[in-house]
Amino acid sequence: MKELEYPFDGEDIIQKKKSFRRELLKQDALIPLRIAVLGGATTNDIIKVLELFLLKEGIRPEFYESEYNRYYEDAMFMNPELEEFSPEIIFICTCNRNIREYPEIDDSPEAVEMKLENEYSRFALMWDRLSSVYGCTIIQNNFEYPYYRLLGNRDASDCRGRVNFINRLNLRFSDYAAQHEKFFIHDINYESASYGLESWSDPFYWHMYKYALSVPAIPYFSFNVSNIIKSIMGRNKKVLMLDMDNTLWGGVIGDDGADNIETGQETPIGQAFSEFQGYVKSLGKMGVILTLNSKNDEKTALQGLLRADSVLSPDDFAAKRINWMPKSENLIDTAAELNLLPESFVFVDDNPAEREIVRQNVPGAAVPDIGNRAEYYINILDRSGFFENTALSKDDIARGEMYKANARRNESLNSFTDYGEYLRSLDMHGEIQSFIPAYMSRIAQLTNKSNQFNLTTRRYTQSEIEALEADNDYITLYGKLSDKFGDNGVVSVVIGHIMENACHIDLWIMSCRVLKRDMEFAMMDSLVEKCRERGIQKIIGYYYPTAKNGMVRDFYGLQGFKKTSSDPDGNTVWEFDVTEEYTAKNNYISVNGG
Amino acid sequence: MTREEVFEKLTEVFRTVFDDEEIEINDETTSADIEDWDSFEHINLIVAVEKAFSIKVPMGKVTTMKNVGEMVDIILGDKNS
Repeated sequence: MKELEYPFDGEDIIQKKKSFRRELLKQDALIPLRIAVLGGATTNDIIKVLELFLLKEGIRPEFYESEYNRYYEDAMFMNPELEEFSPEIIFICTCNRNIREYPEIDDSPEAVEMKLENEYSRFALMWDRLSSVYGCTIIQNNFEYPYYRLLGNRDASDCRGRVNFINRLNLRFSDYAAQHEKFFIHDINYESASYGLESWSDPFYWHMYKYALSVPAIPYFSFNVSNIIKSIMGRNKKVLMLDMDNTLWGGVIGDDGADNIETGQETPIGQAFSEFQGYVKSLGKMGVILTLNSKNDEKTALQGLLRADSVLSPDDFAAKRINWMPKSENLIDTAAELNLLPESFVFVDDNPAEREIVRQNVPGAAVPDIGNRAEYYINILDRSGFFENTALSKDDIARGEMYKANARRNESLNSFTDYGEYLRSLDMHGEIQSFIPAYMSRIAQLTNKSNQFNLTTRRYTQSEIEALEADNDYITLYGKLSDKFGDNGVVSVVIGHIMENACHIDLWIMSCRVLKRDMEFAMMDSLVEKCRERGIQKIIGYYYPTAKNGMVRDFYGLQGFKKTSSDPDGNTVWEFDVTEEYTAKNNYISVNGG
Repeated sequence: MTREEVFEKLTEVFRTVFDDEEIEINDETTSADIEDWDSFEHINLIVAVEKAFSIKVPMGKVTTMKNVGEMVDIILGDKNS
């Protein structure tokens, strides 16, 4: 829905939210999510607009909303209603009006210190209690700056100033976040600055309706919360696909020549393009996969990235389509090469006609209205939150390298005539075992973002994943794969529940970046072994078709299961006899050091 | 702006905010006449009116207006002052 894409019109969203909601609810395959909003001020429209942004990301939220300014009581006391609701995310929506005791002008530094400690402890106790009672993810607003400064500029440097107090309190909140994995700060301090504090904190809305921010600012607020949530749910974009002429540099390289395009430090326009290239390069380091899609002669165009003053170089890109094909086809083609879905792409092109072609032909891919002024590209890309990263795992940082390693694997494949010989040459090592704490967040992330190689498309939160591991009625397996080109990290997950003497497979997923590497067989071998250890006789597999998982329709057949039932919707049930003689199916991966 | 012009534009605002193309309003219309017009939607309505007519409704008048007629008076008062 275009109206909900950044840069959006906040007042327009407030006004039309009913009809937007009606429209968004027409989508199917929405992922349900229970969110408790514990507010320190009015939260009514914050929730309604948050719902819109989450629906846009394919998430269907159900809300628990605390009574006005009852966040603390709801969190700290017995709350059967909230326990019954069983939130997957708790969002504590407080603002600087909820600070109980600000420093007074006659306070000693020690007294201020005490107030800071008290304020922080009040919140920290609440977070500790919420995580022990509900075990779920917590999102907490930090504080926006005060609306006035009694001490003027000195408010920032004097410990009795509110600006100073809020800065220090926010740092304490951040420290807590750094030490707790399922705790995230919603940075309204930055947001309100970016929006304009005067408009954000317009006291009219506080006195009139007890809103902590102006109503027209609510969409910006809710949008940012939705970015955190979609990132936690593993629904971020993965690939940044870039045009070249007038996107990465000023001018048309085919006409002007590599020496005459604008980039580097010589001109203001060149500087703006260089700054954008630097931003793109940093995204690459964060794990965003960079690709090119340009109408050009490849050899000529790459000269632009080979200039001595170019920030980006051809090696930064995991795939390139520099040709005269329609850009939508290039995008779909690149997605197939990288084994990713087209909707995980963000396409950036200064030419509105090219943007329109991609928008029309690749539904689901993000095509921001980037405009045609290089100095604003960063703003639009950055504020859109496509790549908002809540965890920034080692896996993310290594991801770009992984895809580049895949490109090298493909090159290596071309030198073999026998595929088996190629697999052997990869020198693959797997680690397959029950879930361990180090990988819980990655496993949860994978269950939420795998769509293609996914037999049942069940989604799990991290808390659920942790609970399953501890439950003796479940068999859990994760698979990690590395080879001579690099480490792919955790790429496959299997979850089965045991009933009588059978293991029912609730989930079997694999990342498409390790397709055709025998990993699915290695997982099967380990599963059979686990079942045998526990005296299980049958494995029951289920396949539920979706728009995206056609590739695994016959997966269980391939693994040697027999189909026992099917229905008109295409749902199938399969059975595997564990008691029969079993020959290991994986021939190329050395598992667990074996 | 004439009173008729204000009514015409205001009807559009009501229809958008309450997502109902059938809504008709007149001087006597109150929140009791429109199903979803509660105190929360009143806020959105005011924001929408402020945007549509490029005005700011003063705090004292937001909750004291008794019906649509008074809302129109406020809009006209602001526009023609």
